[in-house]
Amino acid sequence: MSQFKLRGRVAARLGDNIDTDLIYPGRFLNITDREKTAEHLFELAYPELRARIRPGDFLVAGKNFGCGSSREQATAAVKYAGVGALIAASFARIFFRNSINLGLPVVVSPEAAGALAEGDEVEVDLIGGSVTRLETGEVFRAAPLDPRAAELLAAGGLVPFLKKKYAGRGWGA
Amino acid sequence: MGMTLAEKILARASGREKVAPDEIVVASIDLAMSHENADLVRKSFLEIGAPRVWDPERIVIILDHRVPAESERTAATHKAIREFVHSQGIRHFYDVGRGGICHQVLAENGHVLPGMVVVGTDSHTTTHGAFGAFATGIGATEMAGVWAEGHLWFKVPATLRILVQGEFPPWVSAKDLILHIIGRLGADGADYRAVEFDGPAVRTMTVASRMVLANLSMEMGAKVAFTPVDDTLLEYLEARTGRTIPDSPDFAPDPDAAYERVIEVNVSREVTEPQIACPHSVDNVRPLSEVRGTPVDQAVVGSCTNGRLEDLAIAAEIVRGRRVHPRTRLLVIPASQQILLEAIRLGYVQALIEAGAMINPPGCGPCVGVHQGILAAGEVCISSTNRNFVGRMGSKDSMVYLASPAVVAASAIAGEIAHPEEIVGEEVA
Repeated sequence: MSQFKLRGRVAARLGDNIDTDLIYPGRFLNITDREKTAEHLFELAYPELRARIRPGDFLVAGKNFGCGSSREQATAAVKYAGVGALIAASFARIFFRNSINLGLPVVVSPEAAGALAEGDEVEVDLIGGSVTRLETGEVFRAAPLDPRAAELLAAGGLVPFLKKKYAGRGWGA
Repeated sequence: MGMTLAEKILARASGREKVAPDEIVVASIDLAMSHENADLVRKSFLEIGAPRVWDPERIVIILDHRVPAESERTAATHKAIREFVHSQGIRHFYDVGRGGICHQVLAENGHVLPGMVVVGTDSHTTTHGAFGAFATGIGATEMAGVWAEGHLWFKVPATLRILVQGEFPPWVSAKDLILHIIGRLGADGADYRAVEFDGPAVRTMTVASRMVLANLSMEMGAKVAFTPVDDTLLEYLEARTGRTIPDSPDFAPDPDAAYERVIEVNVSREVTEPQIACPHSVDNVRPLSEVRGTPVDQAVVGSCTNGRLEDLAIAAEIVRGRRVHPRTRLLVIPASQQILLEAIRLGYVQALIEAGAMINPPGCGPCVGVHQGILAAGEVCISSTNRNFVGRMGSKDSMVYLASPAVVAASAIAGEIAHPEEIVGEEVA
């Protein structure tokens, strides 16, 4: 399976307009260690949810996921809690860009967001633009990932992508 | 076919004749702003391994979210930022006591000019569309890339043009207008889009009020939001920069630009009374008359949306000679040190303090739910800030209503959500 085809289980379904304060409360913004942000994922709104996420699980949401603040900790918390991919009807633009930049696969699919249920085993094809429910074989259309975004995701995010470019030219070099 | 303002600026910044919606362009960045999350940017920047920031003159860093430091962890963050700024030769650094809220500080120090591409690690960076700049929020890692490279890719946004006709009725402000528009279009009504505000009602607005429109456009998902570049703005910029900025066709959309949608709003007819965004989303907007009488525990005047001098002026006018209701507390947070100083000079601070308000230091205050006015479970706050999400200002079981500074001040006096006319109509004790 290529790095653009991912399999996972839907750990939870969330509604529309899940904002960045619900994902990661403002009071924890002075935590700058990315891995540690996961400890506060959905802490105020859905405190029980984090424990249900197994490594590689998917989260499914409605429209405008990640609206609100530009806080990158919201993306980091989802990623380091072990989420393998986010599938939503739509994403707020800063959250979407943050996800690509941190190497978290994000899938825009109103069809899949409307149909998938908790516990479904799913395969997503980021480049081809599809989401498949494995038990029934149903295929839902998704927006294919922009080539620029795919390149960043393949590198593991913007930092590793640029790191290659600056290798040997940086601090102490 | 001509270009919208967003298209014009992106074409110029990417070295192209012409761009159209959905094209991807790589644009050079004129200004890169960060606040406390500069520490997060710094970490990613160091990981990338670029030798120096691309241009220290184009980076502005302003501490505002947690000033002065409320915890040891924040103090360490501030310290790391100071050391980085010093080591990279970044001169435009506004430390505790030297600035205020990042968007206000950029504006009042003349950092933003028409036609610029501005990125900030804060979603409300859209505010600077009030200065004719293509200004948008980005994340910290993306900013680290900008610090290294000096450019960034953008998808050219389609543009919504919002024409505001009519005249503002009494007690209806820019805040009420934009809340009405957000209520109409929804929290994702302008997602990924550029917004151009224009029309006679917009052109009569002060620069401070235009900033309210551009600022809150973020809450309907806008990537950027412009108000017109006209004499009002150019005079403001001249006063802030000490030089004349000649007007240019580059600062306005072409008359034959293509819009995704043109929306007309008649403020005289459609926004006849103050508007309130009710818990827990900014697009849950109702006219004041529907929520009047809701008891409030805390009232807040401040933030990058409504903490400017005209906001403090109206709040002071309403509370002058009156007392904040015994079961309510009023917090006032000037958006910057300059504004605080002016508000002292003009007597606003005295009027507010005599009425029983607490003046917080310039900064984001309780808006981000960190300090200086956190809400307990069950408490209700009316606030001139910009977000009322669950837990935004404290307990997940608290409620935040967003309103204009006039409505906030009136509600503080009444102890419940109130129309300013019922307060100023009463005799001063």
